Amino acid sequence: MSERRFSQRHLTGIEGLSAADVLHVLDTAEAFFEVSRRPVRKVPTLRGKTILNLFYEASTRTRTSFELAGKRLSADVVNISVAQSSVSKGESLYDTVKTLEAMHPDVVVLRHEASGAAEYVAKRIRASVVNAGDGQHEHPTQALLDAFTIRRHKGKLDGLVVTICGDVMHSRVARSNALLLRLFGAEVRVVAPRTLMPVAMEQYGVRVLHELEPALEGADVVMVLRIQRERLQGALLPSMREYARTFGVNARTLAYAKPDALVMHPGPMNRGVEISSDVADGAQSAVLEQVEAGVAVRMAVLYLLAAEPGERAGG
Amino acid sequence: MSPASASNESESGSQATLLDADAIARVVKRLALEIVEQTGGTERLALVGVRRGGVPLAKRLADAIATVEGTEVPVGSVDISLYRDDAATALPDPKIGPSDVRFSVDGRDVVLVDDVLQTGRTIRAAIDCLLDYGRPRRIWLAVLCDRGGRELPIGADFVGRVLDVDATVKVDVVLEGPGEDRVTVRTRGSLAQPNAQPSAQPNAQPSASPSEPTEPSR
Repeated sequence: MSERRFSQRHLTGIEGLSAADVLHVLDTAEAFFEVSRRPVRKVPTLRGKTILNLFYEASTRTRTSFELAGKRLSADVVNISVAQSSVSKGESLYDTVKTLEAMHPDVVVLRHEASGAAEYVAKRIRASVVNAGDGQHEHPTQALLDAFTIRRHKGKLDGLVVTICGDVMHSRVARSNALLLRLFGAEVRVVAPRTLMPVAMEQYGVRVLHELEPALEGADVVMVLRIQRERLQGALLPSMREYARTFGVNARTLAYAKPDALVMHPGPMNRGVEISSDVADGAQSAVLEQVEAGVAVRMAVLYLLAAEPGERAGG
Repeated sequence: MSPASASNESESGSQATLLDADAIARVVKRLALEIVEQTGGTERLALVGVRRGGVPLAKRLADAIATVEGTEVPVGSVDISLYRDDAATALPDPKIGPSDVRFSVDGRDVVLVDDVLQTGRTIRAAIDCLLDYGRPRRIWLAVLCDRGGRELPIGADFVGRVLDVDATVKVDVVLEGPGEDRVTVRTRGSLAQPNAQPSAQPNAQPSASPSEPTEPSR
């Protein structure tokens, strides 16, 4: 008899997870990381399970990552994008979800522009819901894959100094990461121009700064966020060039962090804006490892949510 | 080779030591010799332990083979959690360990190693897992104890001990270090003494039937 150690039925955010939940996902992901490096990158674990990827926002890497994760677990994966579905014909989120539920999915992976959308759906559906990004709220699997990457490099999460820099305002990645890292007592600093820093960011137990160099001082991990040009609408930043000069992570500013500091970016990168090319491609960059970790972590999440606990047969 | 050398009573049943450290050492040595003989030397040979009970046994066998043959054979391990036939209903396992196969299995004689063989379902899963690493020339199976109770048509090629026990009996294998090794048999309630026998006649020549899997004789 195996005990269900992961306490959640949905993954709508890092908020509500315990440190034990997070570690359980990360430990499970270690096993899946190895699967993706085998000659046959597939295990039969979720055969007969159905996963719906419901994406209301454009996303290439997250959707692909979830799709690969589901397929490497042998689940049937269906991708539904907003542009090609009845959503564009005016159907409400509720009706779409109810219609999809009639197809008996085991897991619904949801990306939506409204904060709280995942929670809304989770309360109204039998399937498990995974939040793949909801508005400016949370993006839990990104935080989990970042934690996975950090742990592989630093061996731990507690006691680290992590600086999150960039467009914190529009970043669900920043919020999920801050919540996760604080669960382990890491020192989290967030740094951004005042126009890109949400009010009351301190509630997450982070240090709020408005100057890059002191924020990077002695950092173990530097998380660079994408400047979301599509959300800025010109008003919040004078120019991309000025942002790059004052808040861009480049060889000069990175020198303030520890010599072995890990540089991360959730992608897609604006080279020459928030991160310089030499840093993005440099020895300290973990950007491509994050992509690989993403598939492993999402496999772990799908595995933990799609299966029901029960009796086990002996061997 | 004297089975059931010690026994003691507890409130819930009885416990008997089937193999002590010395007996296990002798069994491992014999299995190592049989493996090398039947698979035709160490050139193509590799050992893969089934997590977790089979992993220390695979290492012991590799050490024994190294002693006899003077060659190191590659050793790996497979975790079968993701390949269980009840994987989608009996999950999630508290902990999945990664499989670790760092050599190419293509064209090799791979010996799967487990501590106790019962239903055969674990071995079915282990075979599936192994095949995801490539195409071995042949997959063999070595176990320390074959306790019967098969639910799939699977047999071991190399067997330490055959146990004739019913499903309620618990067989515990401890492989922690030379002094601590033991195989114990616990019965619940009734005092059925396990009927244990060596898998092969001690005097029989091992080469008499090299390709025959060792069958439980009952």
